[in-house]
Amino acid sequence: MVAQDAHAHAAPQGFIRKYVFSLDHKVIGLQYYFLALVAVFVGMFLSLLMRIHMIWPTAMLPLIGEIKPETYLQLLTMHGTIMVFFVLTTAPQSGFGNYFLPIQIGAPDMAFPVLNMLSFWTTFVAFVVMLAAFFAVGGAPLHGWTGYAPLSALTNSGPGEQLGADLWITSIAIFCIASLMGALNFITTILDLRAKGMTMMRMPLTCWAWFITAILGLLAFGVLLSAGILLLLDRNLGTSFYVPLVVVNGQVMGHKGGSPLLWQHLFWFFGHPEVYIAILPGMGVASQLLSTFARKPIFGYKAMVYAIMAIGILGFVVWGHHMFMSGMSPYSAFAFSIMTMAIGVPSAIKTFNWLGTLYKAKIRFQTPMLYAIGFVSLFVSGGLSGPFLAQPVLDIPLHDTAFVVAHFHLIMGVAAIFGMFAGTYYWFPKMFGRMMNETWGRVHFVITLIGTYSIFMPMHYLGMAGQPRRYSQFTEVAYLQHLMPLNRFITYVAFVTITAQLIFVVNLFWSMFKGPKASDNPWEATTLEWTTSTPPPHDNFGGHTPVVYHGPYEYSVPGAAKDYVMQTDPAGVPAH
Amino acid sequence: MGLALLVIIWLITFFSTYFFVAQTWWLPHGAASAAAFIDHQFALTYVLMGIVFVAAQGALGYLVWKYRAAANNGPVEYSHGNTKLELIWTTLTAILFIGLNLMGSHVWASERFEPAGPGAVPVEVTGMQFAWYFRYPGADGKYGRTEPKLMDPSAGNEAALGLDTTDPASKDDVVTGTMYLPVNRQVDLTLRAVDVIHSFFVPSFRFKQDAVPGLVIHMHFTPTEIGEYEIACAELCGLGHYKMHGMVHVVSQEDFDKWLAAREAEKQ
Repeated sequence: MVAQDAHAHAAPQGFIRKYVFSLDHKVIGLQYYFLALVAVFVGMFLSLLMRIHMIWPTAMLPLIGEIKPETYLQLLTMHGTIMVFFVLTTAPQSGFGNYFLPIQIGAPDMAFPVLNMLSFWTTFVAFVVMLAAFFAVGGAPLHGWTGYAPLSALTNSGPGEQLGADLWITSIAIFCIASLMGALNFITTILDLRAKGMTMMRMPLTCWAWFITAILGLLAFGVLLSAGILLLLDRNLGTSFYVPLVVVNGQVMGHKGGSPLLWQHLFWFFGHPEVYIAILPGMGVASQLLSTFARKPIFGYKAMVYAIMAIGILGFVVWGHHMFMSGMSPYSAFAFSIMTMAIGVPSAIKTFNWLGTLYKAKIRFQTPMLYAIGFVSLFVSGGLSGPFLAQPVLDIPLHDTAFVVAHFHLIMGVAAIFGMFAGTYYWFPKMFGRMMNETWGRVHFVITLIGTYSIFMPMHYLGMAGQPRRYSQFTEVAYLQHLMPLNRFITYVAFVTITAQLIFVVNLFWSMFKGPKASDNPWEATTLEWTTSTPPPHDNFGGHTPVVYHGPYEYSVPGAAKDYVMQTDPAGVPAH
Repeated sequence: MGLALLVIIWLITFFSTYFFVAQTWWLPHGAASAAAFIDHQFALTYVLMGIVFVAAQGALGYLVWKYRAAANNGPVEYSHGNTKLELIWTTLTAILFIGLNLMGSHVWASERFEPAGPGAVPVEVTGMQFAWYFRYPGADGKYGRTEPKLMDPSAGNEAALGLDTTDPASKDDVVTGTMYLPVNRQVDLTLRAVDVIHSFFVPSFRFKQDAVPGLVIHMHFTPTEIGEYEIACAELCGLGHYKMHGMVHVVSQEDFDKWLAAREAEKQ
């Protein structure tokens, strides 16, 4: 309680302090959310241009002209980087987490409001620097979002590898700093600012997911930051961390003795936990929503918590599965493979528990729930291609093919985005005081679910047939010719699915101003954000501090007056 | 909406599974000794994951339809889970995933833990933006020295690799842009890259390995069918990545000897 009083601050008055340089975690959460919304449209647009180039390599596009193979690689690099950092890391954790974590644990704000403001604005600067790479001489870098050295470490290895690549690395380094600040804030807030009665094992699973994600971020982003700085040194000061003696187009470069594999180890030490940084918050949201809309306690709350922890821990010892074909020792591949298969176990527990939650339930199909169900379906589909790639022998034919693209897009791309859609439809009434349109929500859901499956399921087939990823055209390799019809199909569906996202945007902004007024608890949910007014006041609970009596998922309690018991309701629930 | 969800989820499951079962698009025809093992492990994994996939999606579709609020007037089961079921499920998945992994591991070990056997055909593969070069050491069985400062990609073959002609071991080295291999003989592969990382990928051989600057990587495989096979670069290496393409000609031992002798003669 002392800690809570110490950092409480008065509501700001002027526009700038209220909406721009705000210390209020709710405003900062929305700032992150809208930053990610802009980023996701940029990223989607880039992917559409890529898909167009793949099937019509010489098409002249209005305003853009012809996309060249090197331009394709620049689009690919920026698509991946923007999506991973500024969408998948930004919205689920920093966006929703900032807004709802303090409210769900009964705190008036994050532990360090100034640091919170700084992390958002640092992220914003990182985004601007990233976009600036497009306008550098030579354009954006072409080395892919993984930036493998020496391709990324040499300034003459291709177009975009000059200023564009420096801006790219600088942006990522700035982003790392922002994420480290954010992670510290999340962890401190959860450990120190929980309301009375809010024990760790009474926290909603969303909070557990944000908590573990923050710990992953704290451990992973520091490594990426260091790796990025070393890469900048290799590029600009002639050091040789990642570059051995190389000859580029007949020119002997000045480096010697560096290790290209060092970059891969450092990058994937960050890169694999990053996958869980993107997906864990979605798992939290899916758990929260499945229980709420099934009107049933979550199946195996404790198992869910332990599964999140296990995924977090195992996530740090599996990075080598990205490197089976890299020249790394085949013995270590064996060890990484076993750990990777082991991570399937907690993932399977979560799936089992989500299905268990639906069993003998009373499911309400409002739009947030549709997205939560879609999340489970996509998580299963994206997850089950994991055991193929986790086996080194099967990785021989599948590594760096479209199969991998299918796998990670389904699980960390589309499933995570379904988590964000679910979160948006679910928390929109609390954030904006109005309801989103249900009919258009359903239309958007059906098109997006069928569309994304139609885009990414066929990529498994392409990968099995040996289509390497990051090929801008399929004109040069004979065995890729018979795959063209499938590639065309994917592009057509991508067109429709991406266009359909406008339904979401229109629904979002239209509902903000014209949607029907929302009550304080429109979904009849139990967690603390639904006990306060809509939208919540500056200090979240209007001067009083909530006291918590129950776990977060007390639905359909026998003998209770309603089919849900708020966490703050002192009336008892049976021991279990 | 419950029924709609059931139909959508089941249809997605049906179509996804159909194209796997029908093998409309599948692994290319295998033409190396590892293909049989790898394809078998692939099929096994695919059957097991396919069962889990259909079961999980089927259950999801069924549950959302069966327990929709509109049709369920009975009480909701108030339960916080079932530890026994949880333990059974955990154990089963652990056995499935770890067991699957162990079953495939002996193939990995035989492909990657052991060096090439005696009598294997030595070939050095070098990747550079955006071409593959293949070097045969000649009668002395030794690769001649290469010098970075002698490398001239525009001249191709020996000059592209920077072969130092003052080294006696280099005299009988043969460098080509197309790979020739005798059928049914193990290949003792040495993989190198001069500029950035490339990846030597021959889908029909079920073979893939990155070529990394600064590393000399030794691998082996055995082609088992006479024919022509495509090499595709599988690691992003720059703007010409998509056209870093090559061919492997697998021929009889006799034709291979003739071809190599002809190349040696050309050199003299």
